[in-house]
Order: sequence, then structure tokens, then C-alpha cells
Amino acid sequence: MLEVENLSKSFGGLKAVSNATLQVPEGSIVGLLGPNGAGKTTCFTMIAGFTKPDSGSVRLRGKDITGLAPHHICNLGMIRTFQIVQPFAGLTVEENIAVGAYLHHHERKEAMAVARDVGKRLGMGTLLDRPASALTIAGRKRLELARALATGAKLLLLDEVMAGLIPTEINEIVGIIRQIRDEGHTFLMIEHVMQAVMSLAETAYVLNQGVMIAHGTPRDLVRDPAVVEAYLGHGAAQRLQEDDHA
Amino acid sequence: MMKLNSTGQVVLILVAVAYLLGVYFISSPVWMGFTINALIVAVLALSWNVTGGFGGLSSFGHAVLYGTGAYTSAILQVTYGVNAWVALVAGIAMAAAVGGFIGALAFRYGVKGSYFALVTLAFAEVFRICAASFDFAGGGSGLQLKLAPGISNIQFADRTVLYTFLLAIVVLVMLLTAWIKYSRFGAYLVAVRENEDAARALGIDTYRIKVLAMAVSGAFGGLAGVLYLQLWLFIDSSIAYGSSVSIEALIGPIIGGAGTVWGPVLGTLGLHLIGEGAKTLLSNAPGLNFVLYAVVLICALRFMPNGLVGLAGRIGPFAKKESKDA
Ligand SMILES: Nc1ncnc2c1ncn2[C@@H]1O[C@H](COP(=O)(O)OP(=O)(O)O)[C@@H](O)[C@H]1O
Ligand SMILES: [Mg+2]
Repeated sequence: MLEVENLSKSFGGLKAVSNATLQVPEGSIVGLLGPNGAGKTTCFTMIAGFTKPDSGSVRLRGKDITGLAPHHICNLGMIRTFQIVQPFAGLTVEENIAVGAYLHHHERKEAMAVARDVGKRLGMGTLLDRPASALTIAGRKRLELARALATGAKLLLLDEVMAGLIPTEINEIVGIIRQIRDEGHTFLMIEHVMQAVMSLAETAYVLNQGVMIAHGTPRDLVRDPAVVEAYLGHGAAQRLQEDDHA
Repeated sequence: MMKLNSTGQVVLILVAVAYLLGVYFISSPVWMGFTINALIVAVLALSWNVTGGFGGLSSFGHAVLYGTGAYTSAILQVTYGVNAWVALVAGIAMAAAVGGFIGALAFRYGVKGSYFALVTLAFAEVFRICAASFDFAGGGSGLQLKLAPGISNIQFADRTVLYTFLLAIVVLVMLLTAWIKYSRFGAYLVAVRENEDAARALGIDTYRIKVLAMAVSGAFGGLAGVLYLQLWLFIDSSIAYGSSVSIEALIGPIIGGAGTVWGPVLGTLGLHLIGEGAKTLLSNAPGLNFVLYAVVLICALRFMPNGLVGLAGRIGPFAKKESKDA
């Protein structure tokens, strides 16, 4: 569904992303992992049209969308959420979600109905009339997801929707994402919470210092020395193996 | 269509309605004359409210829209003998075009916040200087319409008829404002105000929305300028494009409640009442009303960030949430 090829981006002298390639098949949940500063969010901003890549291409359902504006890309059915949540703080939860719903429902009545429906499906039924600014961090993360879903986009790029949540909240959102996927959506998700990635993603990519260092099932990845090194530092893989043998 | 959230807001609106209707019965030419002026400014305030209130695009140069409406209509009537109604429509259209043009230029280059305020101010000043310099715009001596009372010339010999006409226009512009507020366009405009990045991610062409808002605001502002012209039959560059016009445009909505339907009208009426009161008390010191406006504005910003409507929204049994509905 999504094909990213050799995407690169530099900020000044810093190569934030170099030659990143990844594929997201329709109906799957694909993870994008990597330590802080690896370039994951930068990948998303390029894929979703917020910054132009220096080189490389992005194709959505076979159509080249490299460099298109975010609103065009959203109209084509792909949407990103923000790692640092971006609610419309002065609006209620329902109004927030309705902004997404307006994309394909031009009448206020319909957009509001869709917003309430999406809100309820994501377990925000009792929060609909609250101002978004009154939500907890978990609520705001869920609102990001709800708004994105309300646009009708089929491919959702989630940027750390589970960061900062407690385990029960994580379990809830994992259930919700799985349910949304079963309803016909596809996910590419950046995640730090390993437990969540392990239970959700069929495959995952690992980015380190802007370079894609591994791709495989989450199970394989945690045993991959290169991945362990990236997360735990140089020599960590070897030390772990020595511990295992000891 | 209008969702009121508190007794405070209902009372506030009822007082305003009672005042506006009361003007018919007081039969004081001073009151009526003063309220007539306030109604024209209210239309201008509703114009600023579209961009500054809903869109968070604070202009400091709305005189450019007001003046363009007034000058377009005046030039067409004086120089080309065009009918006043046709000139009114042309004035509105030209102001909408100028608004859209300024928006297209400013937003193309990502101008935001106080820079946008400065850009609009610069445009108003450029237009003012042009109007004062070019002969076809009357130059330094301005433009004078011929006195010719009659509906077909939008000139009313009877003040009560004039007042009713202006009241109807204010109601019409308020209805249009309510329509914007509860439309997709309005929701998108508010989304742009609240968080432009999130708006873009959600499929909104924020550039188009902002330019459109400037055009709509231009139409309302141009209308206000034409109304001024039809009332006084005279404009010059500082009346039409002066910075006092731009100040009047923004102060009413800020005091009344920006991004609401009633706020700009309530704020403008309240402000003019205070200004008029001070004038009579302090025997017409020139410019005093602006000093007073500044004081009121500072107090409003300090004590009621959501304006009169926001303040009233916190009074009464339904006043649960901080809401801008009214
Ligand atoms: N707009 C920007 N300007 C300059 N540097 C940036 C910008 N955005 C990200 N970076 C840098 O690029 C690198 C990758 O950042 P990011 O993509 O946010 O990483 P991640 O999401 O994997 O934590 C970091 O070193 C970050 O400081
Ligand atoms: Mg990140």
C-alpha cells in the first residue's frame, strides 16, 4: 500500500535520514523502531508531506506522492498523527474529531454524527463535550487517533501514541488499534513501547542514526545483534551472549 | 441555530435587543444618530471577526477593506454616474478582491501573527496615500456624493427608515456570521486558528481557507465602508483608510468576544456608549474617545479574555463549560 524508497533528509550538516526504504502492505501493522533521535519522526514528516525529502520517493497505492502537500495526501487516504500531540485546545473533543470528519462529510450534522460515532468507538463517549485542553495525556493521544480516523483515511501513521501511557492504558489502545485494523485499516507506527510493538506489529523496521539497520518480525529483531547494539550501546550484544553462556 | 449556554449571555443579548428597539421609542435624534454610527462600525467589527475572531488572523489594517468599499462605490457614482445599488455591489466585490489579494500574498509567504498585522497595516497606509494622491480618487479634497434622497440612491431622508435599513443589514451580516460559524468553512477556519499543523494533517488546505476568509472579511468590510459613504455622502483618504478605522474594527470584537456572532456587535455598541458618555461629560475633547477605548481594551484583555460574551457565559445555571457559543 505504501512504498518508501531511499528517502533522505539532512538538516544542515546532520543526516537525519539516509536512504530509508520500507514497505507497508495493505491491512498490516508495521512498526518503525529506533532509539531517540534516530530519524523516525523525520521519516513521517517526509512521508506525510510536511517536509520535502532531499531525495527518494514515496508511493501510495502505486501513485507517486513525493512532495505533495499534507492535505492532498490526507485526501488520498493517508494521515499522520503527532508525537507531540496537537489538539485544537479551545474546542471540545467532539468538535476536534469533527474537523477530521468534515473532510468527507460537508454537512455539520453528518460531521458531528461521525465524530460522536468515532469518539464512542474509541471509548471517548463520556468525554465528547469536554474541552480538549482538559484531557489527560492518554486522552489526548486517543484524540489524535480519533481525529485521524474520522477523516476516513485508510493508512494511519501513528507517532508514539503509547508513549507516556500506563500499562492498562496501553492495553486498551492496543485493543483499539487491533480492532480498527480488523475493520480495514493499515498502520505504520513509531513506537518505543516494546511490549506494544511485539503484540501488534507483524513486521518492523529499525532505524538508527538515520539508517535502516534491520527489518523482520519483532521476535527476530530483539535477537538481532545490530538492533540490540543500537538500543543498548556498543558491545551490548556480545555481553548479553556471554551472560547467556555463563 | 444559535446555541446559548448561559443566562448571562441571554440577559446580555436581551439588553442589547431592548436597546436597539428602544431607540425607536426614545425619539431622540442624538441617540439615533449615535446608534446609526455604531451600527456601521458593528458591520466593520463583524468583518474583522471573520479573520481575527474565527481565523486568529489579527489584522491591524481593516481600513484597507472599508476604504476600498467606500472609494469604489464613490468613484463609480461620482465619476461614472453608476446607480448606488450597483456601486454597493461593486464596492463589496472590490473589497473582497483586495482582501483575497492581500491574503494570497501574505499567506503565500507564510506571514503570521504580528507580521500579518503589520502587512495589513502597511497595505492600509499605501492605499491611504494613493487615495490622497490620485485625482480620480478626489485627491486631497475627497469625494462628495450628490444629495438625492430615495431608496434607489440608498439615501434616506427619514432617519427612522435609515436606522431600520442599517439594523436589517447588521442582522443579515450576523446571520451570515452564524452560518460561517456552523459551517465546514467556519470549523476549518477555527481549526487553522487553534493549530495550523494539525489542520493541515487533517486534510485542510489552510492557505485556501485563510485567503477565503480574507475575501469574506473584505466583503463585510467593504459593505461597512459603502454604508458610511451612503450616510455621510462624503469620504476622504483619512476617513476611509485612516488607522482609526482599523482600530475601531478590532476593538469591538475583542471587547465583545472574538469568534462569536454577538460579541462584535455587543462590544461595538458598549464601547460607543461609553465613548459617547465620556464625550458629553468631558465636553468633546478631541481624540479622548480613543484614549478611553485604549483603557477599556486593556481592562478587557486583562479581565475578560473571551470578551463580554465569554464573561456572561460564566453566569447562570447552564454556564458549565467555558464556551464561545453565542
Ligand atoms: N526541523 C529540524 N531541524 C533540525 N534538526 C532536526 C529537525 N527535526 C529533527 N531534527 C534532528 O534530526 C534527528 C532525528 O530526529 P527525529 O526524526 O525527531 O528522531 P526520532 O523521532 O527518531 O526520535 C535529531 O537529531 C533531531 O535533532
Ligand atoms: Mg520522534
